[in-house]
Amino acid sequence: MIKRYIPSFALALGLLLGTTAAMAEGPELASAGNNLRDTASLQRGAHLFFNYCVGCHSLKYMRYQRIADDLGLTEDDVMNNFNFTGGKIGDPVISHMPPEDAQKFFGKAPPDLSLEVSAKGADWVNAYLNSFYLDPKSQIGWNNLVLPNAAMPFPLWELQGEQVPVMAAAKPGDDPQVASLKLLHPGRLTPEQYQQTTRDLTNFLEYVSEPAALQRRHYGIWVVLFLLAFTFLAYLLKKEYWKDVH
Amino acid sequence: MANVFSTIGDWVTERAPGLMPVYRKHMTEYYAPKNFNLWYYFGSLALLVLVNQIVTGIFLTMNYDPSATGAFDSVQYIMRDVEWGWLIRYMHSTGASLFFVVVYLHMFRGVMYGSYKQPRELVWLLGMLIFLVLMAEAFMGYVLPWGNMSFWGAKVIVSLFGTIPVIGKDLVEWIMGDFLPADATLNRFFALHVIALPLVLLLLVVLHLAALHEVGSNNPDGVDVKHGPKGNRWDALKPADGIPFHPYYTVKDLVGVGLFLAIAAFIIFFQPTLGGWFLEHDNSIAANNLVTPAQIKPVWYFTPFYAIVRMIPSALGTAVWGVLGMFGSIALLFALPWIDVGKVKSIRYRGTGYKAALTLFVLAFLGLAMIGTDMTDELFPKLFGQDIDITAWDNNFGRVLVLIYFGFFVFLWLYTHLGWEKTKPVPERVTTHD
Ligand code: HEC
Ligand code: HEM
Repeated sequence: MIKRYIPSFALALGLLLGTTAAMAEGPELASAGNNLRDTASLQRGAHLFFNYCVGCHSLKYMRYQRIADDLGLTEDDVMNNFNFTGGKIGDPVISHMPPEDAQKFFGKAPPDLSLEVSAKGADWVNAYLNSFYLDPKSQIGWNNLVLPNAAMPFPLWELQGEQVPVMAAAKPGDDPQVASLKLLHPGRLTPEQYQQTTRDLTNFLEYVSEPAALQRRHYGIWVVLFLLAFTFLAYLLKKEYWKDVH
Repeated sequence: MANVFSTIGDWVTERAPGLMPVYRKHMTEYYAPKNFNLWYYFGSLALLVLVNQIVTGIFLTMNYDPSATGAFDSVQYIMRDVEWGWLIRYMHSTGASLFFVVVYLHMFRGVMYGSYKQPRELVWLLGMLIFLVLMAEAFMGYVLPWGNMSFWGAKVIVSLFGTIPVIGKDLVEWIMGDFLPADATLNRFFALHVIALPLVLLLLVVLHLAALHEVGSNNPDGVDVKHGPKGNRWDALKPADGIPFHPYYTVKDLVGVGLFLAIAAFIIFFQPTLGGWFLEHDNSIAANNLVTPAQIKPVWYFTPFYAIVRMIPSALGTAVWGVLGMFGSIALLFALPWIDVGKVKSIRYRGTGYKAALTLFVLAFLGLAMIGTDMTDELFPKLFGQDIDITAWDNNFGRVLVLIYFGFFVFLWLYTHLGWEKTKPVPERVTTHD
């Protein structure tokens, strides 16, 4: 009985997963290629965040203690290397820049990044960090391809270097569009090293968006296997009971 | 041990002699047709999900804060600081979507096998009431996390009522308790979501099952086992093709439960947002009446009905027709037992016209869902070229689908009331394929 349905069932499931996967892609952003299982990458990402970003951005839903626990760091590591605000280990990560000041400096308060990857996706964040370019027309001197007229001064320019836009040929009358970016002055890192850097940062921010993701994946496989085994036993039981139904 | 149980059992029976007979009537001596197929799993699965929603909902309520200032934070608190809070929340959010998967399949089964027909009209009507309450329950639940999609979704859906002439504007304010979705809205949606509607839902489910057990289940052949020969191994007066619900269907349903839970667990543990379908990306941003999400659309399970609203144009200076169309599309489902009066129940023995019409109806429903989810915004340019006018395509395509949706009921009425249907011979007794 059940066997007859397995093909259609598999088909339905395949279609469902297929369409959701296809739909989830959205506009063409390069894949961030980060991996939550890579703890070393998460640790590097955390270091980068606390060196380059926490001056402006908070992670108000993320506690120092949790970072220590999840990334395999000691409390001392976290308190000495990450916590520049004098908060306690159980406190959330709050930037010292008062939002009113930030608003004044940048014209826009830097948003909290606790849920940034949940909201925009890892690919978007990674692309954002790779798309800053010099723009003399902008007040802060920088612009961004994926977030046009971003109010954020590019904090990683020493690492990546300075990119400039390559303009596409525009039809007469139209404003020229940026076709791609070109590295004008290299920074301290090679392009490959810089890509790894943004991947680590993105990885850390993805973790911050959903710290439970580490646990989910850890338990998930056992739960699913248990339930499949349960189903199999239930199936044997059903067959036994139904032997006499014709 | 066994002794203790039978002592307790005797003690209870002495004081409530009516209990065991009720149990027997609905379990060990409820004779269900022996030929249920896969489609008959979804009733028991709906019960399972209902229980899941109530139990996980209770735990969420312990830490959720139903205020405009606290709601969003409290959900993150549950996700991060409450022990196993993430699991509870994902079980609840995944359960909500799977509830609709299960209920849509359950309803489709009812349509396919003519389970809404005489004598099960009441079972169907109660089912439709459940469906309505379930939609209200899901909508209000969706508002509670107070993300930006919650906010804008609530605003758009509630303002549908604003299209009603004369009273519309006041009605919208009355529903929300404010001019925008706000603290008052959240408070009342919370009250309705956690206590009022679940109580109604439970009551309706009990009545649904009671009504079903009065008349007995239909089956994939649509022949009533009660009208067939009598006498089975357990009872000389009961249907020959019936088997006791317990243990036969309890063990069988257990297989369905196992498989269903395995799929649910896969989603909960590996894909809890299901790529933005079960939990939307824009809901990771707190409610903000100044920032409109790029696309405002309801969760997938409302999209066919939402598309009907969108596809019906305003006329005579009012946009109420779309809303009427949406309610009409549901009202017609209520009326199905009186629209389709064909004597043959199961699709297996019905006329070709019926099969074709039902196929078209399902395709129209799915097509409307695609429009409602804005999937077509990406699909149409891929299929028909980059520089087409997507809105025009959506409208043309969608309006044809709306016509098919309503046309199904018109056709069915003509087809069966005027006797156009050419059915196949229906077997005397149920068939099995094992
Ligand atoms: C000097 C202050 C400052 C620093 C340092 C800074 N940012 Fe920003 N950031 C901003 C401001 C201001 C915005 C708002 C940009 C806008 O919306 O125009 C922003 C926006 C963002 C956004 C986009 C948010 C959104 O969805 O619109 C991301 C992602 C981001 N920052 C990541 C980072 C990362 C990662 C770092 C560290 C490498 C960093 N920022 C360092 C000020 C800063
Ligand atoms: C909370 C939601 C619901 C629950 C828990 C529920 C539960 C059940 C159960 C346990 C059965 C018997 C098993 C089966 O036939 O699958 C059943 C039968 C049935 N239900 Fe539901 N149901 C729900 C919603 C609905 C809805 C929305 C409809 C349709 C509008 C519906 C229509 C029917 C019909 C017609 C039958 C009889 C089927 C037959 O005998 O062939 N139910 N329901």
